[in-house]
Amino acid sequence: MVLSRTTTESNEPVSSTFGSRYALTALPKYEIGESSIPKDAAYQIIKDELMLDGNPRLNLASFVTTWMEPECDKLIMDSINKNYVDMDEYPVTTELQNRCVNMIARLFNAPLGDTETAMGVGTVGSSEAIMLAGLAFKRNWQNKRKAEGKTYDKPNIVTGANVQVCWEKFARYFEVELKEIKLSEGYYVMDDPEKAVEMVDENTICVAAILGSTLTGEFEDVKRLNDLLVKKNDATGWNTPIHVDAASGGFIAPFIYPELEWDFRLPLVKSINVSGHKYGLVYAGIGWVVWRTQHDLPDELIFHINYLGADQPTFTLNFSMGSSQIIAQYYQLIRLGFEGYKNVMENCRENMLVLKEGIEKTERFNIVSKDVGVPLVAFSLKGQSFHSEFEISEMLRRFGWIVPAYTMPADAEHITVLRVVIREDFSRTLAERLVADILKVLHELDTLPSKISRKMGAEDFGNVKGKKVKREKLMEVIVGWRKFVKDRKKMNGVC
Amino acid sequence: MVLSHAASDSDVSVHSTFASRYVRTSLPRFKMPENSIPKEAAYQIINDELMLDGNPRLNLASFVTTWMEPECDKLIMASINKNYVDMDEYPVTTELQNRCVNMIAHLFNAPLGETETAVGVGTVGSSEAIMLAGLAFKRKWQNKRKAEGKPFDKPNIVTGANVQVCWEKFARYFEVELKEVKLSEGYYVMDPEQAVEMVDENTICVAAILGSTLNGEFEDVKLLNDLLVLKNKETGWDTPIHVDAASGGFIAPFLYPELEWDFRLPLVKSINVSGHKYGLVYAGIGWVVWRNKEDLPEELIFHINYLGADQPTFTLNFSKGSSQVIAQYYQLIRLGHEGYRNVMENCRENMIVLREGLEKTGRFNIVSKEEGVPLVAFSLKDSSSHTEFEISDMLRRYGWIVPAYTMPPNAQHITVLRVVIREDFSRTLAERLVIDIEKVMRELDELPSRVIHKISLEEEKSEANGDNLMVTVKKTDMEKQREIINGWKKFVSDRKKTNGIC
Repeated sequence: MVLSRTTTESNEPVSSTFGSRYALTALPKYEIGESSIPKDAAYQIIKDELMLDGNPRLNLASFVTTWMEPECDKLIMDSINKNYVDMDEYPVTTELQNRCVNMIARLFNAPLGDTETAMGVGTVGSSEAIMLAGLAFKRNWQNKRKAEGKTYDKPNIVTGANVQVCWEKFARYFEVELKEIKLSEGYYVMDDPEKAVEMVDENTICVAAILGSTLTGEFEDVKRLNDLLVKKNDATGWNTPIHVDAASGGFIAPFIYPELEWDFRLPLVKSINVSGHKYGLVYAGIGWVVWRTQHDLPDELIFHINYLGADQPTFTLNFSMGSSQIIAQYYQLIRLGFEGYKNVMENCRENMLVLKEGIEKTERFNIVSKDVGVPLVAFSLKGQSFHSEFEISEMLRRFGWIVPAYTMPADAEHITVLRVVIREDFSRTLAERLVADILKVLHELDTLPSKISRKMGAEDFGNVKGKKVKREKLMEVIVGWRKFVKDRKKMNGVC
Repeated sequence: MVLSHAASDSDVSVHSTFASRYVRTSLPRFKMPENSIPKEAAYQIINDELMLDGNPRLNLASFVTTWMEPECDKLIMASINKNYVDMDEYPVTTELQNRCVNMIAHLFNAPLGETETAVGVGTVGSSEAIMLAGLAFKRKWQNKRKAEGKPFDKPNIVTGANVQVCWEKFARYFEVELKEVKLSEGYYVMDPEQAVEMVDENTICVAAILGSTLNGEFEDVKLLNDLLVLKNKETGWDTPIHVDAASGGFIAPFLYPELEWDFRLPLVKSINVSGHKYGLVYAGIGWVVWRNKEDLPEELIFHINYLGADQPTFTLNFSKGSSQVIAQYYQLIRLGHEGYRNVMENCRENMIVLREGLEKTGRFNIVSKEEGVPLVAFSLKDSSSHTEFEISDMLRRYGWIVPAYTMPPNAQHITVLRVVIREDFSRTLAERLVIDIEKVMRELDELPSRVIHKISLEEEKSEANGDNLMVTVKKTDMEKQREIINGWKKFVSDRKKTNGIC
């Protein structure tokens, strides 16, 4: 007698995705599973888990682009399997990269002839770009010192304490000392280029200025830095150059602040980096670094590749990488053109003003960011309050918004700010909705008891109702928060 | 009277893409254009130009994955706008990366407890992975030397001359001397004995390659380990090993599980593997894992407090897309051990089909071994009238991209053609390639010789005797040919670098 069999586990294609056993089994997390699973199951499982990630477009913490036109998405998908480094096999893609480099170099007023090719390269992001630029400065400086017969084992770099974490990485990994100018209340960018120039010594390989601080979006006064440094160089003969970290500002300033002199128009600026994936309006994974001239990039750092006869110099840390973002950047540059970028940046600035005014109207906040700079709004609670910016940030999450809270770096750690970055896809409707939700959050908080006193200065303790014993408790809590926020600051050091 | 306007240039939405004026204007190449253009025009223009790129799937030069399942493509597109570094905002993506690291560490037999988390990170590729591993070795060695009060300014690394260009980059950028063990004809990987001999007190590590780019061979890491253990005992230098398993890391555990090359060997402290090679993911993902915490100096790690839990990060790149990490996780759970094994076995089968097809032509020597990365490296038995470079050029006409290389010192006189068998290189394609190679050989046989291939010194000396000259020429012609040979020599050694593919 034949035993009849009903459909069993072996008839996989029959089961619907959620009816199959795969929705029941726990996936291995530490070891690769023995058997394969059907692709629909794999797709569904991963997709479902990813639903619990934040929504990228509501991530107001990030400068990085979260939306591109469908046409561009098509181009991206088509080139996802092209390895960018195969210059021989994909000559057009390589050509597109070169065109982008040239366009960006000219956008920054590099002193080039009409058909002269610019010196620069596409990278995975500003981190790699900064490391390459730093390497070039380090090598140039070492060669100079060797020629002069002086010591070259203690290079340093002068910059503000508001630098993004990749400068710290560069310093640590490439063994360069980081000389940071501390900030002060009310002045959240590299203070007074004067202090910077003061710190320059014979071992300084370059001074790094930021066009578009991550904290408040401000543009540093590169012109002033240049002028002061020219004078010092005249006096000392050290020839210290400048690097401009225009990760955010590089695609903003030329369009809405064209008269602002910060780029190669200033003689001491030798290299500039910009993130294609910020206001270059491309998805994460593309940055650019351009040098003023060939001499600013020591030949010994370049690996020469003979691209079907023509010489193709390459100088990157990464080798294989996808071509999609390069093609996407080229798409944006020709699709938008100068006019298009200008329109986008002007819209961002408008929406920034809408948000700023909405927040000012609540009368509960101080606006810390300036109007000129990267379109973002950084604000902190006015006066003493029973609540902190961190609570506002957490409560906004419930509405779906991701608005980070930060403390300033040394020496302004007692200031906490909330920061909203206005990207291309942050429309006016969203801005108005955010203000409405912030008001709701404030109402809620007002009804809650105080969790912690915000002000950390001793004077204000008298304002908190409580006996002396409570004050000590408060001190502990404050110190605890301070440590927590300091640690959290690093977490939110987004590029 | 109102002047009527017909649809003019300004009504761009009316014009079909190729009827619009945008296909007439030449796009600026050096400067950003002043005005915007419609998105359809931008898309079409770029798409059309890109048609002239090679077809990625026929690019037989590359180890990097060129095909993934549509479901995975969907996941990739859905996460293209997620910035991987935002750990706070995308906790699940971060978790997926951690799971991949753990899975890969276990695959490499890292000595971990049941719930102990592995030390490792996802990178953009093996280049970044190698730089991180190298940095860790350099810093560890410096700390050790400082503690001993000895000089620490001249670190070096010992490796074979067959290393991929990223090791040379690491050496140059991070100021470490590269001590290369030269190859010799017939032996195209690093000789463990010579390597161990070159180790001195300034050596930060010895780098072995599992899957040489040139001929796919696996280096004998076990022998290297055993010899180095002996030397370490005598000298007390404690020199460690790094295994560059960029290609081999996702092959050996599935096809050659008994081969000991990973953390089972005590001196192996870190391993890198390219997710975008036999990890079967598109370009842009690599992994590096360390044996345990001690092998990664704390001072190199930046600590990030991820919602209370400590998340250490150690990468050169910061912002980057999340797509490849998610794709890697997809592959790991979708395929599992069984799936990867099937894919690798298929690759090996197809490699044998191609190899046998080429041997049957009777015109080629097979330089690659059967064990190793599934690729076929072959050179002409008789390269007197034509070179491998000509074969490579002619194959392009059929659509195939098959690169030709010269070996590094001291085997520069050997040129090989190399075909990499990837997941998507089916048997049908293998058979077709053999047919096309035969066609090319027939065509070449009818063409006159362009250049004499043998360029080693001994042969030049005996040219006077006419021993190795297949072409009868007078003395002045011989000089002409020598010029041409030198020209080719320079050209090929420059081209070698071009094709130093990861």
